[in-house]
Amino acid sequence: MSDWPILSIVTFLPLVGAALLLLINGEEATVARNSRWVALWTSGFTFLVSLMLWVNFDATTADFQFVEQADWMPGLNISYHMGVDGISVLFVLLATFLTPICILSAWEAIQKRVKEYMIAFLVLETMMVGMFSALDGLLFYLFFEGVLIPMFIIIGVWGGQRRVYAAFKLFLYTLLGSVLMLVALLAMYFEAGTTDIPTLMEYGFDYNMQLWLWLAFFASFAVKVPMWPVHTWLPDAHVEAPTAGSVILAGVLLKMGGYGFLRFSLPMMPLASETFAPLVFTLSIVAIIYTSLVALAQQDMKKLIAYSSVAHMGIVTIGAFTFNQHGIEGSIFQMLSHGVVSGALFLCVGVVYDRIHTREIDAYGGLVHRMPSYALIFMFFTMASVGLPGTGGFVGEILALLGAFEANTWVAFFAATGLILGAAYALYLYRRIIFGALTKENLKTILDLSPREWIIFAPLVIIVLWMGVYPVSFLDIMHVSVENLVNQVETAQAAAAQAAQLAAN
Amino acid sequence: MGVSMLNLGAALPEMFMAVSALALLMLGVFAGKDKSFRTVSWLAVAAQVITIALVVMGDGGSAFFGQFSADPFAKFCKVLILIGSATGIIMAMNFAERENMARFEFPILITLATLGMMAMVSATDMLSLYLGLELQSLALYVVAAIRRDTVRSTESGLKYFILGSIASGILLYGMSMVYGFTGTTNFTVLGNTLVGGELPLGALVGLAFIFAGLCFKVSAVPFHMWTPDVYEGAPTPVTSFFAVAPKIAGLALFIRVAVGPFGGAVEDWQQIIVLISILSMAVGSFAALRQENIKRLMAYSSIGHVGFALVGLAAGTQEGVTGVLVYLGIYLVMNLGTFAVILCMRRNDRMNEEISDLAGLAKTKPLMAAITAIFMFSMAGIPPLAGFFGKFYVFKAAVDAGLVTLAVIGLVTSVVSAYYYLRIIKVMYFDEPVEGFDRNGTEMNVIMAVATIIILAFVFFPNPLMDSAAVAAASLFGM
Repeated sequence: MSDWPILSIVTFLPLVGAALLLLINGEEATVARNSRWVALWTSGFTFLVSLMLWVNFDATTADFQFVEQADWMPGLNISYHMGVDGISVLFVLLATFLTPICILSAWEAIQKRVKEYMIAFLVLETMMVGMFSALDGLLFYLFFEGVLIPMFIIIGVWGGQRRVYAAFKLFLYTLLGSVLMLVALLAMYFEAGTTDIPTLMEYGFDYNMQLWLWLAFFASFAVKVPMWPVHTWLPDAHVEAPTAGSVILAGVLLKMGGYGFLRFSLPMMPLASETFAPLVFTLSIVAIIYTSLVALAQQDMKKLIAYSSVAHMGIVTIGAFTFNQHGIEGSIFQMLSHGVVSGALFLCVGVVYDRIHTREIDAYGGLVHRMPSYALIFMFFTMASVGLPGTGGFVGEILALLGAFEANTWVAFFAATGLILGAAYALYLYRRIIFGALTKENLKTILDLSPREWIIFAPLVIIVLWMGVYPVSFLDIMHVSVENLVNQVETAQAAAAQAAQLAAN
Repeated sequence: MGVSMLNLGAALPEMFMAVSALALLMLGVFAGKDKSFRTVSWLAVAAQVITIALVVMGDGGSAFFGQFSADPFAKFCKVLILIGSATGIIMAMNFAERENMARFEFPILITLATLGMMAMVSATDMLSLYLGLELQSLALYVVAAIRRDTVRSTESGLKYFILGSIASGILLYGMSMVYGFTGTTNFTVLGNTLVGGELPLGALVGLAFIFAGLCFKVSAVPFHMWTPDVYEGAPTPVTSFFAVAPKIAGLALFIRVAVGPFGGAVEDWQQIIVLISILSMAVGSFAALRQENIKRLMAYSSIGHVGFALVGLAAGTQEGVTGVLVYLGIYLVMNLGTFAVILCMRRNDRMNEEISDLAGLAKTKPLMAAITAIFMFSMAGIPPLAGFFGKFYVFKAAVDAGLVTLAVIGLVTSVVSAYYYLRIIKVMYFDEPVEGFDRNGTEMNVIMAVATIIILAFVFFPNPLMDSAAVAAASLFGM
C-alpha cells in the first residue's frame, strides 16, 4: 500500500466527489438527497483514507513522509511536490475529520441549492488538505488562496443578513494579505532559484532579506490567523456564515495562518522571527486581553465565539514564537484542540439557531429545562474552550504558556490573565443561554438533540477527551518534527549571534 | 536567408489572407447583399483557420528586404490574433442577423483588420509597422461604426477615428524623429546603432512619441480615454473583437519596438513603461469600481489587464516577454469567454448591458452563472485558475528584474480589481433573480465551454503555452 500516492488521493478525492455531484440532475428533492449522501460518502471515505496517513506515519523522523514529486512546470523548476511531517499531518487529519461533520451538520439546515453547497464544501476540502500537504511554495499558494473561492460562495449564498458585506470583507482582506506573500515567494524564488519548501528551509537568506520576507509573509498569515488588529473580518464572516461554514472557518481555515508561521516564517526566516518575536508577542497579548473583553460585551452568540477564537489564536502565535519545544508543541496542540472545540461550539450555536432562528443571546435562557442533553454537551465544550484539565484545551494552553514562561515571563503573565477573562465570557455566555427560568414562549416547545445531532457531537466529544486525557498520542507524532524545527531555528540564531560577535571583535 | 531578399514565402499567410479577403468581397458583391452574410462569415472563419495552419507550418525567416519577419514571436502572436478574430466573427453572426447588422462587409473588414495586425506583429521596420497599423486601424474605425443607423455606434466610430488618427500622427512624428537622428527605419540597424551608451536626445524624444502612439493603440493610461466610450458604443460583438485581437497585436508591437530597436536602451524606457503600467493598473482597478454597464466595465478591465501585461515588458528581459505572451494567451481565452456571456445577456430578444441584469443568474441559468463566476475569478487572478498564472509570470519577471515596488503596487491594485469582478459574482449568486435570459446560441455555449475548460485545466497542463511563449520570446532576444 505504501507506494500509493495517499496524499494525492486524500487531496483530490473530494474533487472527484464534487465532479460526481455535477452529474446529478433531476427533481429538486431527489437532487438534494443524493447530493447530501454523495458528499457524505466522499468526505467520509476521504477521512478513512487519511487515517492511513496516521497509521503509517513514522514518528521517529523529522523528514517529510508520503512524499510525491512530479514535473509540473519544469521550465521554471517548479514541481508538484507533496508530503507531510509531524507538524502538518495532524492538520490534514483535522481537515478531513471536520468536513464530514460539517456536511452532516448542514443536512437539514441547508435547504436551497444543496448540490452547489456540497460541491463548495468538497472543493474546500481539497484546497485545505492540499495546502497542508504542499511542499512547493507555489502549490501552497495555489491552495492557500484557492480556499477563498468556495468560502466566498458559501458565506455569500447561504449566509445571514449581511452576508454580502461579510463575504467581500473576508475575500478582500485575505487576498490583500496573500498577494504580499506572493511577492515574497517570488523574491525567494529569485534568490534561491526554486520554490521547493524543503530546499528553501535549508537555504539561509541573509538577514535584511529575511526581514522583508518575514513582513510580507506576516501580512498574509496575520490576517488569516487572525491577529489583532487585522481580525475584524473574522467576527463578520463568522456571524454571517452558515453553521458549517463557521465550523470550517474556525476549525481549519484559521489554522492556515498558524501553520504558515511554522512552515515558512520560523524555518526560513529564523533571524527575522527572532527580531519580530516581541511584535508578535505584543499583538498576541493585546488580542488575548482586548478580544476577551470585547467578547464579554457581545449580544450575538456567534460573534462571542468568534472573538474568543481570536483570543485563543493569540495563545497559538505566542507559542509559535517562543522557539522552544514546549511552546511550539503547545501552539500546534492548541490549534488542533481549538479546531475541534470552537467547531463544536459553533455547532452548538447551530443547534439552537436551527430551531429558533436567532443568535441573540437575550432570546434564550433556561434551555436546561427543555434540552438537558444539549446543556451537557454545550457545557462540555464551554469547559474545553476555557481549558479545563481533562480536555484538549487544557493541554495546548498549558504547554504554550510553559513555553512562553521559558521565553519571557511577562508574556506568560499577560497571556494567563487573558485566560481568566476567557473563563469569564464563556461561563457568562453559558449561564445566559442555559440557566435561568424558561420564560420565553417560543422556547417552551424546543426539542432536545436529535439522533443526527448526537452523531455529530459524539466524535467531537471523544476527540476532545482523548486529547485531554492522553495527549501523548498526538504529541508523539509532532515531537520529532518540532524538535527538528527548534534545532533549525536555534542553530541559525546561534550562528548569527556568533557572526555578530566575531564582527564585534 | 539574408536581409536583402524578397522571400515571399515567409509572408505566405498574409498573402493568403489578403487574397481571401478580396475573393470574399467579390463573392459578397456578386451573391447579393443580404443573402451572403452567413456564407461569407463562415468562409472568413475558414480562411482564418487555414491561415493559422499556414502560420504554424511556415518555416519563418525574413522577407521584403528586412521589413518583415516571420519569427516564432510573430507566429505566436499571429496564432492568438487569428483565434481571437475567428471567434469574434463566429460570435457576431447571430447577433448581426438579429440586430439588423448582417452586412457581408463585416467579416471582410475583420479579416482585413486581422491582416493588418499580422503585418504589425511581423514588422521589423518602422514603415511596415505603420502600414500594418493603419490597415488595422482603418478597418476597425469602420467596424466600430458598422451600425450607422444608431447614434451610439456612429459616435463610437467617429470618436475612435479622430482620436486614433491623432495617435497615428503622434506615432508617425516619433518615427520621423528617430529616423532623423539615426538615419534608418530598420529595426535591426536601429538596434545596432543605438546599442550601448545613451540615446541621442532626439531619438529619445522620438521614442517617447512612439510609445505614446502605441499606448493609445493598446489603451494604456494616460491614452485610454477613448476606450470606455468606444467599447460601450460599438455593437457588442465588435467590442468583444476590440478587446482581444487589437490588444494582442498592439502589445506584441509594443514589445517588438521596445526590445528590438530600443533593446539596448532599456534604462531609458523602463521608467516610462513602469509609470504607464502603474497608471493603467490603478485606473483599470479604481475607475471600474462604480461602473454599471458591463461593456464599460470590461473596457476598464482591459485597461487594467494591459497594465498587468506591461509589468512584464517593464522588466525588459526575456522572462518578462515570456510572461507577457503567456498573459496574452490567457487574456484571450478569458475575454472571449466573458464576451460570449455578455452576448448571451438577451431577454425577450433585446440585448442587456447592465450588470444588474445578471441578477440571480445562478437560479435561472446555474451552469452559465458558474461559468461566468469562473471567468471572473480567473480575471481577478485567483488561483488555481488560469488568470493567476498570467499574473504570476509577469510579476515573477518584474521581481527578477528588481522591480519589487512595481510588483507590490500591481498586486495591490489587483486586489482592488478583485472587488468588481466579485461584484458580478455577487449579483449572479447573492441577488434575487430577475426574469431569465433567452436560450443561448449553440456557438456561444461551445465558446464558453472551451474557454472554461482551458481556464480550469491550465493548472494541470501549463507547459504547452509556456513553452511556446518561451520559444517566441527567445527568438526576439536572438537566442
